[in-house]
Amino acid sequence: MSSTKPRDDRRAAWLFLLPVLVGFAVFYGYPAARGVWYSVTDYNMLNTATYVGAENYTKLLQDDQFWNAMLVTAWYVVLNIGSQTLLALGIATLMHRLTRSVVLRATLLLPWLVPNVTIGLLWMWLLDTNLGFVNQLLHTVGLGPVGFFTDETWAMPTVAGINTWAYTGYTALLLYAGMLQIPQYLYEGASIDGAGEWRMFRRITLPLLRPVLALVLVVSLIGSFQIFDTIAVTTKGGPVSATQVIYYFIYLQAFKYFHMGYAAAAAVFLALILGVLTAIQMRLLRASRSDLA
Amino acid sequence: MIRTSRVGAALLTLAVAAGVAACSSTTEEEPGAAVTLDYWLWDDNQKASYQQCADEFTKANPNITIKISQAAWNEYWQNLTTQIAAGDAPDVWTNQGSYYPQFVSSGQILDIQPYVTADKVDLSQYQGGLADLFTKGDQRFGLPKDWDTMALVYNTEHLKAQGIDAASLANLTWNPTDGGTFEQLIAKATVDEKGRNGLDPAFDKTKVKVFGYLPEWADGSQGQNGWGNLAASNGFTYLDKNPWGTQYKYDDPKLAQTIDWFKSLSAKGYAPALDKASTLSRDSLLNAGKGAITFAGSWMINSYLGEGAKLKFAFAPLPAGPQGRKTAINGLSDAIWAGTKHKDEAWKWVKFLGSADCQNIVGGNGVVFPAIKTASEKALAAHTAKGRDVKVFVDEAAAPGGTFFVPITEHGNEVSQLVQDAIQSAILGQSDSATALKKANDQVNALFK
Repeated sequence: MSSTKPRDDRRAAWLFLLPVLVGFAVFYGYPAARGVWYSVTDYNMLNTATYVGAENYTKLLQDDQFWNAMLVTAWYVVLNIGSQTLLALGIATLMHRLTRSVVLRATLLLPWLVPNVTIGLLWMWLLDTNLGFVNQLLHTVGLGPVGFFTDETWAMPTVAGINTWAYTGYTALLLYAGMLQIPQYLYEGASIDGAGEWRMFRRITLPLLRPVLALVLVVSLIGSFQIFDTIAVTTKGGPVSATQVIYYFIYLQAFKYFHMGYAAAAAVFLALILGVLTAIQMRLLRASRSDLA
Repeated sequence: MIRTSRVGAALLTLAVAAGVAACSSTTEEEPGAAVTLDYWLWDDNQKASYQQCADEFTKANPNITIKISQAAWNEYWQNLTTQIAAGDAPDVWTNQGSYYPQFVSSGQILDIQPYVTADKVDLSQYQGGLADLFTKGDQRFGLPKDWDTMALVYNTEHLKAQGIDAASLANLTWNPTDGGTFEQLIAKATVDEKGRNGLDPAFDKTKVKVFGYLPEWADGSQGQNGWGNLAASNGFTYLDKNPWGTQYKYDDPKLAQTIDWFKSLSAKGYAPALDKASTLSRDSLLNAGKGAITFAGSWMINSYLGEGAKLKFAFAPLPAGPQGRKTAINGLSDAIWAGTKHKDEAWKWVKFLGSADCQNIVGGNGVVFPAIKTASEKALAAHTAKGRDVKVFVDEAAAPGGTFFVPITEHGNEVSQLVQDAIQSAILGQSDSATALKKANDQVNALFK
């Protein structure tokens, strides 16, 4: 009786993992650790960082600007994710049920391929109060000019709308890919039984898409928290601080005021919040085993 | 995993900025050996002029080569700070009032007073007061290179069409109560869609075609492009002493009055309200014929009078307020990095930059007004030769008591954001001007405690 032990591959596995681990340690681990260290120091890039304990954090918790930034970011996420997901779901369903044209799918992706800064500049001109095309249109139908970027109530919905425009196609494509996994015979059966499109969408598409939808939702939610470039190009956090999102707040503290320690503390805080969201995401994914059995 | 990497990336930004990867390879050299000095500036319009200076300098000092690097305004300061943090800053760089105090406080700029004394540099050759902006106590952190003042810029055709005599713009008056002849001018220059001007009783302020005045509300803590000049002519001073004051006075009612006056322009339909304002620059709006008059700095001369301008523009002096005519004057300087390996060579270059030899070259190109008075005249002559009437900037700079320096203090960028937000919130009507400015002033002064 030969008793060959199963070969132990662990040593080889670590060897293969090594390059990635080194990259991870150098480019993520070390900077992250440094970031955490700076968050407990007084550091402005020009001095030597001195340890100040939790001072940055206590200051952060009392900083109205910081809480305003968190609130503004949350408002953006709600606006952006809400509109983006609904639109993407609609478009994906249309693509799935009506046409499967490759040209159409490619076209949908176009805005996503344009760099964010270009998108920001493009919309800044289109939506400008005085020279913008959109306000000219509004004017011809007799509506007054809207300060899309300068009116405090409009600024954030405008930014959210721009990013929705940019990312809907991409999100729709992800959802569409999820829909393709739903077996065609279900739809055929349902239509023989006399179900309409709306009923099929609610009874077949939505439930079976749930795992994909959950993934897409939470991934885009985290991405949405990191809104920066559109704001840096268009509103610069204004008017007053109506669009001063958390990333812009961190940017100002770090690279305008050179409060590196303080900015690092805000970044760590944000990382914690994103961590919580990640945990929720993990849970959602586990909980949503596919209903396709 | 995506999630982890994003969290990491958030922190990575900070760590990269901290200068993880930067290296310096400067070594000590024998005196007389070939030296290359790094020189930084941000204005691409000026790069060619300074390259000419560098060439002249190298001709006179064959062992020193100047390597000029130019980066856009925002990146300029980030790069500079990062490079300093990494111990590899340029030997000489161009400084500006809001940014340079932090480099002084952190000991990054070389005190050049000993050199100035030893080489007997004539500080009286510069436009009055400019040289003092870059001193702290008896230390000196740079020699002035240029200056700028403010004036009104207007669309000549539009004003003519509205029956406004251009000569009447030379003696405008202003006060915060009724706006003086300046407000009359703005009203006349404002036109609604039916062609009625702002003084017409039937003027429809909801349908304005051309605004008489275009305000700048993203104007930091200085209001150089608008409110600062009028507030100063109303008797407002920014702070206890300049440079290096520690007590701001944004709660001065004279400033609040000025802001209220600007607000009243929008209410009357003579200027776009902030929440209906364009995010584009005022010169593009003027070029598109959407506005008639605004404030312009002398650095904008080539934009308004150059080939790029779509319409015809001209400059007029600022209106005179209750305390007379006051224009903000601001200057740049060249500083030497305290950590440079080539202090003596860097000083030679800075001295050359601050000398008539270099400033005449720069002035002759008519891009900016050099700090040396005679070189400024060269710049004026260069503009006049091109048929550009820009005398008003020079006259205002020379008028006794007609200028004020924009504040140079610590925490410049934070003060800027706080005050700008306060003024915007007052303009938007979130708060009244006096309350908003009082609150901002308390926050500003708390920074200095």
